Amino acid sequence: MSENAASRWHPIAAAHDVPYRHVFHGQLLGREFAVWRADDGFVNVWENRCLHRGVRLSIGINDGRELKCQYHGWRYSNRSAGCTYIPAHPADAPARTITIRTYPVAERYGFIWSCLDPVTEMPDIAALDQKDLVLLRGISVNAPADWVIERLKTYQFWPTNALGEAAAETVVEGSDEFCVTLRSSRNGAQTRAVLLVQPVDAGRSVIRGALDAAPAGKERIAVLRHHNERLSALRDEVERQAAAQPAPIPIEPVYQPVTPELAAMPERAPPGRNAALRVVVARKWRAGEGVAGFELRAVDGYLPTFQPGAHIDVHLPNGQVRQYSIVNAPGETASYVIGVKREPDSKGGSQCLHEAVQEGDVLAISEPRNNFPLRRNATRTIFIAGGIGITPLLAMALALHHSRFAYELHYFSRSRDHFAFPERLGVLGDNLKPHVNLSPETTEARIRELLAVRRPRMQVYVCGPGPMLDVARRIAAEHGWSDSEVRFEYFRNTRKLDDSTGFEVALSRSCITLAVSPGQSILAALRERGIAIPSSCEQGACGTCIATVLEGEPDHQDVYLNDAEKRGGSRIITCVSRAKSARLILDL
Amino acid sequence: MNAKPKCSDPVILNLWHAIVAFAELRPNTVYETVLLEEPVSFAIDSAQTPVAWRSQPAYRAGDTVDPARVADRLLTLSAYGYVWICLGTPAADIFPIPEYFEAKRRNLNAATIGVHVSAPRAIENFLDMGHFPYVHTNILGAEPHTEVKEYEVEITPDGNEVVATRCRFYQPKASAASTEGGDIEYVYRVPHPYCSVLYKTSHVDTARLDVIGIFIQPIDQEHIRAHMLLCLVDEDNDDVAIRRFQLTIFGQDKPILENQFPRRLPLDPRAETPIRADKSSVAYRRWLAQKGVTYGVIPAAT
Repeated sequence: MSENAASRWHPIAAAHDVPYRHVFHGQLLGREFAVWRADDGFVNVWENRCLHRGVRLSIGINDGRELKCQYHGWRYSNRSAGCTYIPAHPADAPARTITIRTYPVAERYGFIWSCLDPVTEMPDIAALDQKDLVLLRGISVNAPADWVIERLKTYQFWPTNALGEAAAETVVEGSDEFCVTLRSSRNGAQTRAVLLVQPVDAGRSVIRGALDAAPAGKERIAVLRHHNERLSALRDEVERQAAAQPAPIPIEPVYQPVTPELAAMPERAPPGRNAALRVVVARKWRAGEGVAGFELRAVDGYLPTFQPGAHIDVHLPNGQVRQYSIVNAPGETASYVIGVKREPDSKGGSQCLHEAVQEGDVLAISEPRNNFPLRRNATRTIFIAGGIGITPLLAMALALHHSRFAYELHYFSRSRDHFAFPERLGVLGDNLKPHVNLSPETTEARIRELLAVRRPRMQVYVCGPGPMLDVARRIAAEHGWSDSEVRFEYFRNTRKLDDSTGFEVALSRSCITLAVSPGQSILAALRERGIAIPSSCEQGACGTCIATVLEGEPDHQDVYLNDAEKRGGSRIITCVSRAKSARLILDL
Repeated sequence: MNAKPKCSDPVILNLWHAIVAFAELRPNTVYETVLLEEPVSFAIDSAQTPVAWRSQPAYRAGDTVDPARVADRLLTLSAYGYVWICLGTPAADIFPIPEYFEAKRRNLNAATIGVHVSAPRAIENFLDMGHFPYVHTNILGAEPHTEVKEYEVEITPDGNEVVATRCRFYQPKASAASTEGGDIEYVYRVPHPYCSVLYKTSHVDTARLDVIGIFIQPIDQEHIRAHMLLCLVDEDNDDVAIRRFQLTIFGQDKPILENQFPRRLPLDPRAETPIRADKSSVAYRRWLAQKGVTYGVIPAAT
């Protein structure tokens, strides 16, 4: 096989081999592919092997958005091929770097094309560049591609409009290593056939052909049968020839090793409040009363994989950084959708997005982070959303809805007009339970009803304004819900912070001791000494800058840790919390 | 007669390997199989004593034979209802399964199944709980109860066994008597590179443990016959029902195993992506590497 073979684009399937919700098993030069079409039309060409235990993904399940491995249910996202869920560990967000190897794809001329080692985009093929192509059935041949090509140069067929007539003349119009173009003519009738040979392995090929004339009905079937018979005969002949020779050694597939980090159980995401991604505002619209929807597309390449509950930092043109939950449903990976509520008392973040940012603008955003992961191992899940707190819960509800898990989404809002993303809510059907125009007292009573019955293997997620969360937290505690059964996400820390203390922080792993002065956060003191630690909201709500406390008594001022975690004293949110003791020892 | 063996891995060559269940055999009849790429013939006499030899044209499968007259015999052993043979020099006795000899237990060969996979891949699948909801849906597991809880894995001080304890997994129907799901407890032993024994809460008597042994016969590096020993507390179900259940389970595993690549078990940690649920397979892979096993695996580059 020539060296060009790897850098050349080859057909690997007919477009109709890749219908919705199917996974096609393809192969090129010894490499197997799982080829699948997502519901948004995108065709994925992936290495045919789950990164976990090597099971073929072509026996997996295409749910329209994600491909699910048959062995352990790992889910991989449309386009990015990143892992979004590992069912054996429902509480852990998968490391973003668990990503199946992808190959480039083009869907043209009725075929799906790919390339192992592309140096160019898929080139135009002039001979195929027309509307009414007739695709022939793919014919597998147990022989090397160059043998098949040689034999195809002498392939004889009748023009489409002159079937069954004697002595048509077929001439070679052009040929190269993997393609032969033939023209058959008789008495003015002419048909051109482009015959591509897909090198499946060293000794296996597929002939994929297209004709330039498209008859209809019975005539079409007669033409297809004509070529099927002749190409099958040609196949038998080449295979007989090949069988007389020693079989070529199959090409050994090369599996890339996973990164050393993945060879051990993946831990947290890499550090930094940096804006690694550039996105274009592809669409901005009124997503509800006082809520602007933004659809953010990658400037180049794909967006990283997100999980339901994840948020991004948006770095605004006015220099501020704000966190917004990703609303997307599973597999909806071409863009991130966020909802921004205009806050009357805004320091300028929401105002900037509502007024200054327009369609076509480029924004800097962080990679998605998930400090509010969705567990999918409960028999029933209740979501309680207040106002714009709908955003992470909508993504979660869509994920459960799509996997047909039992859930209810209770949406508390001032009115139906205030509902954000009504078109997405519509997908949820009866699982959406609206609660509109309620007084604080009635809201509390409703939440009390929702949390009154606690059953095993049930879970609750709550997101909304601080006072509503405080109420829900109190009621949950009264009814005996444990912290692992009810999870809260605050979008803001409204507590009054006390940063008047000064204390010492020792870092056990780095062997550094530093002083945190009044007015300065632990996070800021760490950064000053050049210690990188990831952060996001920097106000004690998101949990990104969490650290482990080995010794000393933390003074918790955040809303991320639950009461049990705060009492335990082994974790601290370094952007706002401080020390009650004179010294804290952190595992950093 | 003493041709160089096809298997050049002394660890595997010197082990005992199960090749057939006694229950499948008629006396004084020649049977054939393949072990480590060597064609092997065998027969039992009327006292159930096994005799095995490298296949030769004089004895064809189905022939009647007097086992006592066969020369050039291979080393054989009878254990747990199976004929075991060794093509090398046996380094150790067969591992113990004390429960096999307990009173009031049903011992039977549930099935012998051919699978196009390496022996260590099949053992690893036997140790794995995470696949229950996906491969054995509504039998050994069901969504959304997919979590693999923390469990313990150790290698015994003598280095002879990998043992996983405190393994718990949610099973839709926890026992024959119950209609509710619940956690079932498992213990796994790997006392032989190609054999494993599991203990799980009995359907009938939750105070006792059923024992299931899997003994892999390596045909070659990528083909096996898996022999499944049951050693159950169950006295209610008949053999047919019990066998049908185990065949269903194994029939669900087979297509998964046959679609696993590479077919040989890679021992390089960077070949695949382990998670905490895979602690036992990580320990098993390390144990194989420490023993120096090369047959049926892809050794890590050193």
